Amino acid sequence: MTQEEVKNIVLDIIVDVAPDEDVTDLNPAESLRDQLDLDSMDFLDIVMELRKRHKVEVPSEDYPKLATLDSCVEYLTPIMQ
Amino acid sequence: MSRYDALIIGAGMSGLACGIRLAMFDKKVCILESHTIAGGLNSYYQRRSRVNKEIIKFDVGLHALTNFVKKGTKRAPLTKLLKQLRFQYNDLKLQEQSHSLIKFDNTQLKFTNDFEVLKLEVSEKFPSEIDGFIKLVNAVNEFNELDLSNSEYTSSRDVLKNFINDELLVEMLLCPLLIYGSAWEHDMDFSQFVIMFKSLYFEGFSRPEGGVRTIINLLETKFKELGGELKYRHGVQEILTKDDKVVGLRTKKGDFFSDVIFSSAGLPETMSLIEENKAKYEVGKMTFMESIAVLDRPIDPKDFDATIMFYNNGPKYHYEGAKDFFDPRSAVICVPDNYQGNNDPYGVVRITYMANYEKFNALSKEEYNQTKDLAFDKAMELVKSQFNNFDYNIILKDTFTPTTIKHYTQHFRGTVYGSPQKIKNGKTPYEGLYIIGTDQGFLGIVGSILSGISLGNLYGLMQE
Repeated sequence: MTQEEVKNIVLDIIVDVAPDEDVTDLNPAESLRDQLDLDSMDFLDIVMELRKRHKVEVPSEDYPKLATLDSCVEYLTPIMQ
Repeated sequence: MSRYDALIIGAGMSGLACGIRLAMFDKKVCILESHTIAGGLNSYYQRRSRVNKEIIKFDVGLHALTNFVKKGTKRAPLTKLLKQLRFQYNDLKLQEQSHSLIKFDNTQLKFTNDFEVLKLEVSEKFPSEIDGFIKLVNAVNEFNELDLSNSEYTSSRDVLKNFINDELLVEMLLCPLLIYGSAWEHDMDFSQFVIMFKSLYFEGFSRPEGGVRTIINLLETKFKELGGELKYRHGVQEILTKDDKVVGLRTKKGDFFSDVIFSSAGLPETMSLIEENKAKYEVGKMTFMESIAVLDRPIDPKDFDATIMFYNNGPKYHYEGAKDFFDPRSAVICVPDNYQGNNDPYGVVRITYMANYEKFNALSKEEYNQTKDLAFDKAMELVKSQFNNFDYNIILKDTFTPTTIKHYTQHFRGTVYGSPQKIKNGKTPYEGLYIIGTDQGFLGIVGSILSGISLGNLYGLMQE
């Protein structure tokens, strides 16, 4: 899977978890929680959807690696090969 | 043998919400409900009018959905709930209140879904207290009531004394918050005060079009669509344990096995289902009765324009288990006609009194019916005294009492707000057994749903 595909997977999940959020102008290097109204419950849903849709397990100690869109891509791309 | 990832006792708001969260992420989950319909403490029924033969639908439980916010409001409990359950705001078809009144003799405070109205009312009726009131509001704003680790009881009255001197204002502010949620007599835990203050005064009241069944149907449909199993007429007789761990549930219709169980049955009620259990839990004292009058035509706002009136006779609010069958010194009058957009062809008034379970439970059938009639007449006297004009014909009357609540919910003593002991983190002395709903400690319909969601997330999804 390419980095672009992984990025789209993450964005698709965010749109489903938080449908009122606009993800079109996200700064990929900036924290997702600073740009979007995501709380810890939404964050749990992102992790749960990754597992449900793509069989990716993110252990809780790795949650900080999902902080920005860039770091999501960096962390998930090797796992999703 | 049926094995599940999780079992849930009770298809009320919290049980259904918890079930949805687990089923959403492919858990095999089953809800066991003793009644024939869902809803628990917030349920519904119908009766046919003998006057015009029309079938009339009734809600039981709360008069209002608290926590009203406009669509898209960030970080509000209602918004969180919708996101977590993947509902659209418009699914709830919310109808806002006109306004509500807190009426103590000749003093009244009006509040609406715009908090500025209450602030203005306080500044007009209690001018010397407005600064203290604003400081209280700031303290409420800064308090994190959703912290699950916070389990120490703090008296709200003690906290209020630091901000407000006028005792009448303290009583008036407490009145709706107590009667819409407190399991304690006279007072409530400050974290629950904050939940209630935010959900009633900051946010406000609305009602789904069609009443509480609209929400129950949404929850039930979603749960089943996600593959959850829901079994009615499956009252749990025993929680099966082994070495202080739960292993399953016993019903008359068979055993169900899982090492994760969420119970919305109430804390003392849940613990009584464990054979070897030695822990004692306090049964609450607060229970209620309600008279409902269906009128031949919708209520004209010229006659009565509030959606809910919190009525009290005298300057002191006596929030306590009634000494007699019911306590006529105070009441809540709810007129659902005054939810904006309500277009039922008839009028409805609901009058709620604090009541006494033991007194009702000791009556013969005949005495019970007589007492219900007496309470109904008393309630109608009050309604007539509070309406500007009352020339409606009653086409149907109904009254439920603490024994009715006990019958349908199995809550000991017919308690509505459960035990005074709340288990914020849901944990019990038994591994795998978690308390959700009223006795976990979030209040109201929105609170119960968030309780099911939060604890379902914590113990059903995050701990693997």
